[in-house]
Amino acid sequence: MSANPSSPSPSGSFDIRRSTHSPLLNVIGLGALVVLLSAAPWIVSQSLASILMNFFILVTMATMWNLLAGYAGMVSIGQQAFVGLGAYATLYFAIKGMNPFVTIPLAALVCGAIAFPVTFLLFRLRGGYFSIATWVIADTALLIIGTIAFFGGGTGHLLPGLSNLSPTALTDAEYLATWIVAFFAILGTYLLLRSRLGLVLASMRDNEIAARSSGARVTSARRMVFVVAAAGCGAAGSVLAISQPFVQPNSVFSLQWAAEMIFVTMIGGLGTIEGPIVGSIIFFVLQQSLQQQGAWYLIIFGTVAMVVAIWQPRGLWGAFRQRFHVELLPVGHWVREGNADT
Amino acid sequence: MIWVNVLIQGILVGGFYALFACGLSLMFGVMKVINLAHGDVAVVAGYTAVFLAPQLHVAEVWSFIVVVPIFAVAGYVIQRTLIQKSIDRDPFTTLLVTFGFSVVIENLLLAIYSANGQSVNIGSLIGDSIHVSNVIYVSYISLTVLIVAIVVLGALQLFLSKTGTGRLIRAVADDREAAQLSGANYRHIFGIAAAIAFATVALAGIAYGMMTEIAPTSGGINLLYAFESVVIGGIGSLWGTLVGGVLLGIAQQVGAQINPEYQVLAGNLLFLIILGVRPHGLFGKKSAFS
Repeated sequence: MSANPSSPSPSGSFDIRRSTHSPLLNVIGLGALVVLLSAAPWIVSQSLASILMNFFILVTMATMWNLLAGYAGMVSIGQQAFVGLGAYATLYFAIKGMNPFVTIPLAALVCGAIAFPVTFLLFRLRGGYFSIATWVIADTALLIIGTIAFFGGGTGHLLPGLSNLSPTALTDAEYLATWIVAFFAILGTYLLLRSRLGLVLASMRDNEIAARSSGARVTSARRMVFVVAAAGCGAAGSVLAISQPFVQPNSVFSLQWAAEMIFVTMIGGLGTIEGPIVGSIIFFVLQQSLQQQGAWYLIIFGTVAMVVAIWQPRGLWGAFRQRFHVELLPVGHWVREGNADT
Repeated sequence: MIWVNVLIQGILVGGFYALFACGLSLMFGVMKVINLAHGDVAVVAGYTAVFLAPQLHVAEVWSFIVVVPIFAVAGYVIQRTLIQKSIDRDPFTTLLVTFGFSVVIENLLLAIYSANGQSVNIGSLIGDSIHVSNVIYVSYISLTVLIVAIVVLGALQLFLSKTGTGRLIRAVADDREAAQLSGANYRHIFGIAAAIAFATVALAGIAYGMMTEIAPTSGGINLLYAFESVVIGGIGSLWGTLVGGVLLGIAQQVGAQINPEYQVLAGNLLFLIILGVRPHGLFGKKSAFS
């Protein structure tokens, strides 16, 4: 995966580029989308805006899980630990008198800081045992939070500091918070994958032993990804707390968050930035149409995810990309022989 | 005396954890995969005992005679289809697929049978216990489960070391390619290992239903305990898992004695401490990690 445009090649020259078409198209298209989504609460109905809020929270979580599993090969089924801890970090700072919206980056920092030492325990286990261990971490975090009377124990606590806003202003602010968090999660992932760390991750994914022996710092790359993913899920948990706004341990630490972020990423496309977004869109369409059927949307979604994992492991976006050679957010390099100039 | 009781109750529940865990351990040892739906298989077995046994006019106490063979067959079939398909991709896919399977099973049970707990009816046996002293009671059912766990682990150990099929399983676990070159059909051997894993965890699920109530969400939490027992005892050691289960059980009982809220937390903390100071567990081989 190393890309060095100036290196001589045996069969003439290689044409190496990130994008398959003019990046200008992407920039204009994405720019328009960003403007549209930022203005959405003043354009769309209130109910659609609230669906979009949940959509952005899921996109944030799924993007983080994708970074973990799709790029660093770590199947965490315990990311709800950081969703919950992010929610409780915001609750803590809000009880101490801070504006909840200001606490979002703080919640992300707290989760990253907790995740760092945790990796030293988790990284002692591999594969499936690593996965279950992440769940133990989530369970432990839930149990510890549940015993703290300051947070209302198992019954939870109302997030203070939101009552000074009018209901419409509050909804608009909540919407913008979820959207901005999702935006930064995607942008951050994109920049991270285009950085040196992205190269290390790609080499690790292709062949870990070769990457290690070439001097790639595989373990610290993994650690970095785990910490970033924890921070991202923490931010998602923080906006989740703001949007609820009653923070209850069994709901913010629910395994359902892990299930949703995993399924949307698998269906949308593991290892592509667009995948979790595509998966989340499908998820919300399905959820809205199956609203009356209770738990069935998760059953259907889980079944589809299993089918996709076995027969189309790169997901819907992966299949689409392979078919049409389209990438909206390119992080890799396309290498073509000769001076193919298309 | 209270602490003696804590110790005894810990040992009793530890046997159950080991029974629950041995299939998980076996599948990891042979196929290098973790079935994240392992706990949910146990729950389905418990539900089968509750809802199917009366249909077949079998007393629920004896339901395991019917249910365990069904699950052995189901294990073989699921291994040869769903799990083998994922293994053919890579171990990573197996995790995703079995996680999906787990969530689907749990939510199906919720949708069909609601979140209410179910018990395997064992009549008056549930209340009977050996009255050792004022504070020490040993319930018959817990003692039976512990004995069953020891018998199952012993039988499994004997099976793996003495029989031809057992030797094949170990051969495939050690070196799949070499075993294959010597004529072993590794897919079939994988199927047998899965059949054993499903049968033992089905037995554990029914035992759980006898001791307490099974709910759709019981699978996950018991998978955690089973996993903790395996890691505490040392990955790859059957008797280590029993010791791990007993230690986990004691830790939980000690925690519960201090404050009922600390029961599970104490077990988790023991697990994290062991992971920190002795990552290959008490009896594990370091090679199990590479």
